[in-house]
Amino acid sequence: MNSLPLWLEITVGVFIGLATLMAVWRIIRGPTLSDRVVGLDAATTITMVLLVMIGFFSNRYIYLDVSLVYGVLAFLGVVAIARYFEGGV
Amino acid sequence: MKIVGEIFLIIGSLFLFLSALGLLRMPDVYNRMQAGTKGTTFGAFFSILGVMAMRPEWFLKGLSIIIFILLTNPLSSHALLRATHRLGVPLAKKAIDAYAEDKEKGIVEK
Amino acid sequence: MRLLLSTLVLFLLWMMFVASLDPQEIVTGLFVAFFTSLITGSVIAGKEPLKWLSPKRWFYFFLFALYFIKELTLANLDVAYRVIHPRLPINPGIVRVKTKLKTPIAKLVLANSITMTPGTITVDVHGDTLYIHWIDVKGKDVETATKNIVEGFEKYLEVIFE
Repeated sequence: MNSLPLWLEITVGVFIGLATLMAVWRIIRGPTLSDRVVGLDAATTITMVLLVMIGFFSNRYIYLDVSLVYGVLAFLGVVAIARYFEGGV
Repeated sequence: MKIVGEIFLIIGSLFLFLSALGLLRMPDVYNRMQAGTKGTTFGAFFSILGVMAMRPEWFLKGLSIIIFILLTNPLSSHALLRATHRLGVPLAKKAIDAYAEDKEKGIVEK
Repeated sequence: MRLLLSTLVLFLLWMMFVASLDPQEIVTGLFVAFFTSLITGSVIAGKEPLKWLSPKRWFYFFLFALYFIKELTLANLDVAYRVIHPRLPINPGIVRVKTKLKTPIAKLVLANSITMTPGTITVDVHGDTLYIHWIDVKGKDVETATKNIVEGFEKYLEVIFE
């Protein structure tokens, strides 16, 4: 029940790690301001999945709550940034 | 059940990877948004479905995370896209831009 | 009626978040749901609370969920194909489409669903016109775009929300 095959953990970890790196690359390089926020938005969702995966691999239920609250806060942040771009917070 | 969960985990993380690749390769903000929003939503959906298949006692919390992602991810991308268009970022090699035309005519406020 | 309904909905939501049958949680949840719905009841239940009870709407909601998951899968295969392809086969543009839906909640669900269908993402909603960024523009006029993008979802959402 508890143990996954090692190759599976490595595959999932490599995919999610590369995805995070590419999103961060977009945050650093993005030619316009919006590009950076798009990168941030994608990185948020990837981080939510990463938190669920950490909870799954280490068998701790509490990480799911952490992931949910992180998602709520990051969503509010992105919407606030979008409102700021439009000129009224 | 375990096999199904493993397959779902691999599909989900693969699509997360592909969407981030799209974020890197696409030419302008609007197309990046297409890859970023769809790919991450689908990737998260399948990854968490995989976890739920292997840990049935986590079902309800996983379901609430999935519903939350499905509701909020498109919303934040709408807000961001409208703000981007209002900032005046141009489309790369556009075929048509009806939104800008209607802004010119004054149908939609700028 | 409205109060009872929104209390029930909020309580079910609470039970989903805590995910346990501890009596302590249930009593707290009932109190919180009741007092929240005293303040916000009309927002959750809407003007006609009886809509929530119609089995036909729930059946169509189920069909809609299946259709939505199918479209979501197609959308991602499409995006994956475009991303992997070495020449990036895209022809993007923003088109306008018309919708028959009237209520704001139906328009919200329609806009969110369009964002998840192959190659389209909603930019703005203005009255009955939706502005949509389309990654591969097949037709520039309103009719072609409406036929291609909106109609699949509209026939379910019309029954569910109108």
